[in-house]
Amino acid sequence: MPADTSAADTRAAAGTWWEITRDVLKRQRVSLVTYVPDNVLRPLIEAIHADPFFTAFAVAREEEGVGIVAGAWMGGTRGILLMQTSGFATLPNVLASLSVPFQIPTLMIVSERGTLGEFNIGQSLVARTMRPVLDSLAIEHHTMTRLDEAEFILDRSITQAVATQAPVCFILSPLLTGGKVFAK
Amino acid sequence: MAHLANHPATRAQAKVMNRFDLTQRMVALLRQDEAVIGGIGYTNFDLWAASGRPDGSRRTQNFYMLGSMGLAVPIALGVAIAQPTRRVIALEGDGSILMQLGALGTVATRGQKNLAIVIMDNGAYQITGGQKTHTETGSDIVAIARASGLAQSAWAADEAAFEELIRLAITEDGPWLIGCCIDTGKPQDTTERDPARIRDQFMRGLGVRR
Repeated sequence: MPADTSAADTRAAAGTWWEITRDVLKRQRVSLVTYVPDNVLRPLIEAIHADPFFTAFAVAREEEGVGIVAGAWMGGTRGILLMQTSGFATLPNVLASLSVPFQIPTLMIVSERGTLGEFNIGQSLVARTMRPVLDSLAIEHHTMTRLDEAEFILDRSITQAVATQAPVCFILSPLLTGGKVFAK
Repeated sequence: MAHLANHPATRAQAKVMNRFDLTQRMVALLRQDEAVIGGIGYTNFDLWAASGRPDGSRRTQNFYMLGSMGLAVPIALGVAIAQPTRRVIALEGDGSILMQLGALGTVATRGQKNLAIVIMDNGAYQITGGQKTHTETGSDIVAIARASGLAQSAWAADEAAFEELIRLAITEDGPWLIGCCIDTGKPQDTTERDPARIRDQFMRGLGVRR
């Protein structure tokens, strides 16, 4: 047993946010991953592509990804859609007309832009629409800010989504991921 | 793709057929519990109408959308990925596919062998009053599909050619896209609007639930 058990070591043992996310998805048998790329999500996307457990590919538009994982769910395979905030803003129609009324546990991970140092005014404005849309459709959502809570939130909420046949959205705060830094 | 060489090169050269008649022909050719995803509008209604049986039962491997316009192809792709040994058909209108052309490239990139896309193209948003779609003024869905990477895409010259293409699509490796030039005939029935029931019956039809 090493003498040094500092907080940094504990964090290292628990893994990074993307390692934790990948491992929870595997444990929950979420094997299909569709995404529209995002710079913050890059390490997660790369980790998923590197693991043969997953079938992962990019889609041209986010709502396409919701349709694909909905079809996969009905066919017996769990899937998830990864995107950034602006991509989520394209989804209200499909969530309101497919995921919610058909009772499909659509799993979503959103890399949060528009806050905590955003440099693009479009991102900061569209980000304001995300939680009101989720709340208005009564969709469960969690803003993930802490590494030590990540596994619990992801694991429990995926279990709940499947058990209650309801969508869930995980919003990855820059407090968790570091976010996208303003390059002058 | 030599077997596609004898099909019309453009939409204008294809015979104008009837949606309900073609849907009935397609359903009659399904023998292996193929999954069918019905996009919205009259395409959906005629799939419902063509899937009732004389004894009052109904084909259970059909999924009927009730919104999410343009997503028949993505939903079908998801089913096809989850159940690679089952053939899956996306049945979609021209107005709908025009909303989600990127999905054709996604299917092509995946090279999904067990997937076929059937486009019922009447050049109109018929359910909203018959306003023209872009296919009426020059956009050719089969040409767009080919340019998106779906090499096995063809216009059905007539009813016999449609049946030949469906037979190919449910027996030989895809992905396939079959374009059908259709008239503006009214649908024969209206789909029951009960999403939870539609989804549950579809999952039982696919053997995911018992």
